[in-house]
Amino acid sequence: MVDAPPIRFATEKLTAMYGKFTAVRDVSIQFPANQVHALIGPSGCGKSTFLRTLNRMHEISGGGWIAGKVLLDGHDIYASGIDVVALRRRVGMVFQKPTPFPMLSIRDNVAAGLRVGPRHPKAEVDAIVERALRQASLWEEVKDRLSASALGLSGGQQQRLCIARTIAARPEVILLDEPTSALDPQSTQRVEELLFELKQEFTIIIVTHNMQQAARASDSTSFFYMGKLIETGSTKQMFTAPRDPQTEAYITGRFG
Amino acid sequence: MNRRFLRLAVSNVMVALTVVAVVVAVLPLLLILATLIAKGAGSLSTAFFTQAPAPVGEPGGGVLHGLVGTLMMVGVASLAGLPIGIGAGIHCAEYPHSRLSTVARFIADVMNGTPSIVVGVFAWTWIVAKQGHFSALAGSAALGMLMIPMVMRTTEEMIKLVPNALREAALALGYPRWRTSITVVVRTCLPGIVTGSLLAVARVAGETAPLLFTALGNQFVSTDLNQPMAALPLVVFSYATGPYEEWHTLAWATALVLILVVTVLSLLARWATRSRFTING
Amino acid sequence: MTPPDVTEASVNPWGDRLFRLFVTLAALTVPLLLGFLVYELYLGSAPAIDKFGFGFLTSDIWDPVKEEFGAWPLIVGTLLSATLALLIAVPLSLGVSIFLVEFAPKSVRGPIGFVIELLAAIPSVVYGLWGIFFLIPLLRATLFPFLRDTLGFLPFFQGAIYGPSMLTAAMILAIMVMPYVMSVSREVLMAVPTSQREAALALGATRWEAVTGAVLPYARSGIIGAIILGLGRALGETMAVTMLIGNRHEISASLFAPGYTMASVIANEFTEASNDMHFAALTYVALVLFGVTVLVNAGARLLIWRVSRRGGGTPA
Repeated sequence: MVDAPPIRFATEKLTAMYGKFTAVRDVSIQFPANQVHALIGPSGCGKSTFLRTLNRMHEISGGGWIAGKVLLDGHDIYASGIDVVALRRRVGMVFQKPTPFPMLSIRDNVAAGLRVGPRHPKAEVDAIVERALRQASLWEEVKDRLSASALGLSGGQQQRLCIARTIAARPEVILLDEPTSALDPQSTQRVEELLFELKQEFTIIIVTHNMQQAARASDSTSFFYMGKLIETGSTKQMFTAPRDPQTEAYITGRFG
Repeated sequence: MNRRFLRLAVSNVMVALTVVAVVVAVLPLLLILATLIAKGAGSLSTAFFTQAPAPVGEPGGGVLHGLVGTLMMVGVASLAGLPIGIGAGIHCAEYPHSRLSTVARFIADVMNGTPSIVVGVFAWTWIVAKQGHFSALAGSAALGMLMIPMVMRTTEEMIKLVPNALREAALALGYPRWRTSITVVVRTCLPGIVTGSLLAVARVAGETAPLLFTALGNQFVSTDLNQPMAALPLVVFSYATGPYEEWHTLAWATALVLILVVTVLSLLARWATRSRFTING
Repeated sequence: MTPPDVTEASVNPWGDRLFRLFVTLAALTVPLLLGFLVYELYLGSAPAIDKFGFGFLTSDIWDPVKEEFGAWPLIVGTLLSATLALLIAVPLSLGVSIFLVEFAPKSVRGPIGFVIELLAAIPSVVYGLWGIFFLIPLLRATLFPFLRDTLGFLPFFQGAIYGPSMLTAAMILAIMVMPYVMSVSREVLMAVPTSQREAALALGATRWEAVTGAVLPYARSGIIGAIILGLGRALGETMAVTMLIGNRHEISASLFAPGYTMASVIANEFTEASNDMHFAALTYVALVLFGVTVLVNAGARLLIWRVSRRGGGTPA
């Protein structure tokens, strides 16, 4: 029997609110290291809100605040005295819509995350950029035009660029919020293959409204409904023998 | 049948009238430019650009005093006006719901609609009256005050064009708020901000009224901020309303130079937005 | 549960604090400057306000030697020149903007709009220069005698023709104000949904009827806003008017006679003011001018804002 992987990231009774409105209630999940964990559920169930509490992006938007704990390596990231900016370098995020920085070249886009950390000499930066682009499966396509504008890339390439940008600074956890919903099927497939590679080095949490994607790409899954966590478990188990009737209803497509 | 014909005829006549309106509207511009070139181009020479005016009654001389004066006062005005205007614009765009932003926006619109001569009177009571003498400093203050609300509004409009997703991407990378604002947001719309600033500079360079009793004007080339100083628009005004025929010719030439300066600045402003990596590019 | 105070900064907030401090100070400058302006204008005009009160606005005596000042001719002159200018400029501007939005082929729209906006970039003093040496001789030789000959039964077109006059100033003001009215009208017209036009045309309206019946009513308050904006501009124009209006403290029925505006009197007399009461009176005029333009511009923006809110265009 293989040792259960260590838990890097976990939430304890996490409740997320906007002002007086409760978006997510009492969620406790443990995310094992080096796995892909999918968060699924119908629109408005709170999965994206939950994701954004994990790198403290939730509090940026209109009146967002939380109760409960989010533990990175056992430390509550919401404790007073925590450096939010440093936290976000350890927990990175890729958004639904690709957002390359328009004024920067491809190289500078990937290196953007490095500018706010410890200083690296230029040669090292180039090496980091190349490594990140290779890991994001984009190197071959852009290696000859690193100085060109990032806007010249296709949607799928831009998203992989954003992934490269996020991993360049070597976070520990990568959060992805519906990263392929704006992409064509081919690009979607490439990103999913990427996740399989990336999880060797990172812990990955992905929000997706596409159940098939969750079934294909993740090791464990959590099902959200109306702000509550209904069920968590290994993907195989969730999709073949869900314990909760609501989970089964969603997975078999009876609502969603 | 007849009625329809009549209605169609009326429609065609009205459409034709709008075309006439366009012709009438465009005509003055063409006439002004033609007259400027016809009457002014002949006086343009190297001497015109490099010499101070000749003593009254003597031929020759140039408008160096106006060129230097405009450059200096517009320069000093921009030194204070641009950072303040851009900073205020950033504030209104990054903290859009704060009370200060709402108030500042409203007041900037009020200031943008204020006649520039009123700003001149203000600069006079604020600086000239208290110092007891006219000065280029007072002129620069008036010009700067005209510039600030212009630049503030254009900067804010440019920053608002930057999608929020970009800010979030930067924050998620671990950029602190201030670096997100400066190196991501401002940098993204920098060409637009530069355009707005240069257009404000061009507008202010053509202003006469606020300088009439602040900088007053000067027959000689001066770079002393504490003394009266000439400026191109002031030179045009005094030459145009003066009694000598030669002055009138010089007025045309100076006006042509002034238009050239304003045009060059405006073209520079448009060129700034043609950068490689624009948001709309 | 009550939400705690949310801060967006990291634990090391110096960068954020300095940044916020700088931009806040910059933004504060704006209301401070305006407040200072109003304050100084009020202080400077206090002697005149104390002496003349509101009677200043209705008196027509302007005697620096006797220190008696009244701004009535100035107010009338300002309003008259601006109104005349609008009478000329508004039909022109509307015609141009209707052409550009409704009838013009796409290739022509950009260049024409650009040319007209160039008009806004010409400095006022250059308009004045052109007015003195080109427009006045032209008008004196052609249009003014023609008007006097044909319409001379009206008091507006009687009397001696000098050149510098209310009508000359109004004409140059019309040229200067036109680009502003045109560009706002154009935006307002473009914001009218195409469905309005198409519905009218489908019902059998001619092109012109579609404009007057469907488009203009929809855009009406916005266009009125544009006109009032133009009025605000015309009220404050200084240099061109000073050079072309004749600068006489008089009200005359004839449009060929010289006149005066609030902005012109300040430009003309400030450097030669002979005594403190003269300065105070001129500052009082500046204060009144400021108040009038603020009111007019505020009214204009309110109207334009109401149109954009009514959902004329796509929501932002």
